[in-house]
Amino acid sequence: MADNGVNKGRRRFLLGATTVVGAVGAVGVAVPFVASWQPSARARAAGAPVQADVSKLEPGQRMTVEWRGRPVWLVRRSDDMIERIRNFDGSLLADPQSEEQQQPTYVEGELRSIRPEIGVLVGICTHLGCSPLYRPEPGAADLGGENWPGGFFCPCHGSRFDLAGRVFANVPAPTNLEVPPHRYDSEEIIIVGEDEETA
Amino acid sequence: MGNPNRVKAESGFMRWVDDRFPATQMWQDHMAQYYAPKNFNVWYFFGSLALLVLVNQILTGVWLTMSYNPSAEGAFASVEYIMRDVEYGWLIRYMHSTGASAFFVVVYLHMFRGLLYGSYKAPRELVWIFGMTIYLALMAEAFMGYLLPWGQMSYWGAQVIISLFSAIPVIGPDLAQWVRGDFLISGITLNRFFALHVVALPIVILALVVLHLIALHEVGSNNPDGIDIKARKDESGKPLDGIPFHPYYTVKDLVGVAVFLFVFCAVIFYFPEGGGYFIEIPNFEPSDPLKTPDHIAPVWYFTPFYAMLRAITFSLFGLDAKFLGVVVMGGAIAILFVLPWLDRSPVNSMRYKGWISRIMLVLFSISFVILGVLGVLPSTAGRTLLAQACTAIYFAYFLLMPFYTKYESTKPVPERVTG
Repeated sequence: MADNGVNKGRRRFLLGATTVVGAVGAVGVAVPFVASWQPSARARAAGAPVQADVSKLEPGQRMTVEWRGRPVWLVRRSDDMIERIRNFDGSLLADPQSEEQQQPTYVEGELRSIRPEIGVLVGICTHLGCSPLYRPEPGAADLGGENWPGGFFCPCHGSRFDLAGRVFANVPAPTNLEVPPHRYDSEEIIIVGEDEETA
Repeated sequence: MGNPNRVKAESGFMRWVDDRFPATQMWQDHMAQYYAPKNFNVWYFFGSLALLVLVNQILTGVWLTMSYNPSAEGAFASVEYIMRDVEYGWLIRYMHSTGASAFFVVVYLHMFRGLLYGSYKAPRELVWIFGMTIYLALMAEAFMGYLLPWGQMSYWGAQVIISLFSAIPVIGPDLAQWVRGDFLISGITLNRFFALHVVALPIVILALVVLHLIALHEVGSNNPDGIDIKARKDESGKPLDGIPFHPYYTVKDLVGVAVFLFVFCAVIFYFPEGGGYFIEIPNFEPSDPLKTPDHIAPVWYFTPFYAMLRAITFSLFGLDAKFLGVVVMGGAIAILFVLPWLDRSPVNSMRYKGWISRIMLVLFSISFVILGVLGVLPSTAGRTLLAQACTAIYFAYFLLMPFYTKYESTKPVPERVTG
């Protein structure tokens, strides 16, 4: 025989079968290595909800709590502030009605809060993750004068947000500030990290 | 004994070795009988200098590992411990931190040399691609290394870069979380970056350097005239315009090393922080996840690409500005990989290319430097406009290259190198 008795078909089959089984094995071995990069059980536990007491917050004042390592702002809005959010010219904002899913469904609309007087926001700019500054004074000259209703200003790349965390148009940040899931445990106690429905 | 086709020492210990390992053969192939063009100029120092800096980084890096503590609680303090209490710790750390910047200085000059003399052109495409892969691995290595001191800029710089992943549609946020291993950058992220920085990436970089050099020695070096020295050989088959790498270029490179070390040592001893560009000022403050520094700028060697990222303030083709910025930044690096196939010029060296090629290279270089400067400055409307213009020139250099290199008239290329 010209091919020295080599059964080429069988050899090809064995080669192919070995390759396929080997590849499946390689994918299987990759699973633990890839999965090991996911947040560990301890990291997930540390991401548990946090409690915030807003009873001592004066109107206009802001407090910061840490949830999943990110700053969460709680602002007690004065009546004046609520008025300014409601009456602000929506054409200056990118998403005035909060249509982008940056908040739980129970806080939709202009004020983006469960109760009008308490705003809850994740204090991380939606552009590249800096923490914006609290600039509640309306009409600040360096932030656009009379077009500045008071809000948050990101010093990194100049993104601006109003007091409800709504992003201005034509700034680097693409979306409104995120509203974290939260619920009221009592009149003045807010649980950040738990949804209203699950309460 | 051994492979009879090998070059071997006549006798003695080396003969014993050569019968078991091709030591003499390798020495001949890569040093004593490796012919390099005789007309190398100052631009040809930067390859061997990159190798020197790599050795510096590995040596100082291993020593730093001995005193560094890769945990969120201990990292910052252990760097201060190295700086204050470890004998000569300050010197070893400054050699490492200055070495990182020096690495990018010599690599950028090395890459510019490639653009200038067409070193990426056939048959050196793989030399270029291995080199670009080294550059990519080096950027990852530098980025992860910068997190390790766990200062404010370490933390927030990493925050900005990792959040680039979250701009990718659909899988982005989960991908960013997978990279961090946590809901935020934490000790978990620090630990894995440490592992990648000191174990995984150095192995990858060393392997790539070996591939880069094997590919180079297979085809031989280009030269400032961009002509093939192997086309003209003497009776014994040696290139007429070539000289053995050893001793000619080993000795010449030593002069380059000496000059480099003057500058390197001046920085280490007198400006180790590089005016806030090599080690940024906010990095002397421990990282604080709840407080963003007023101005976040990456280290200088990333700023051209960072400026391109920020230059994209508009949406296009249904992609939002943030994702588009990431695409442009990635594209700016990716396009370098296909450079060998964009250049259609019949000549290699800028010495014989036409005036359009020269103007484009000058504009490209100026734009890259301007982008680098803009990347460290806070953005304003005017600067954004300038960054957009420079980004356009950066891409025009590559995207128009197939046309201007093909149609421009070139000068005649000499038969022998011109010195």
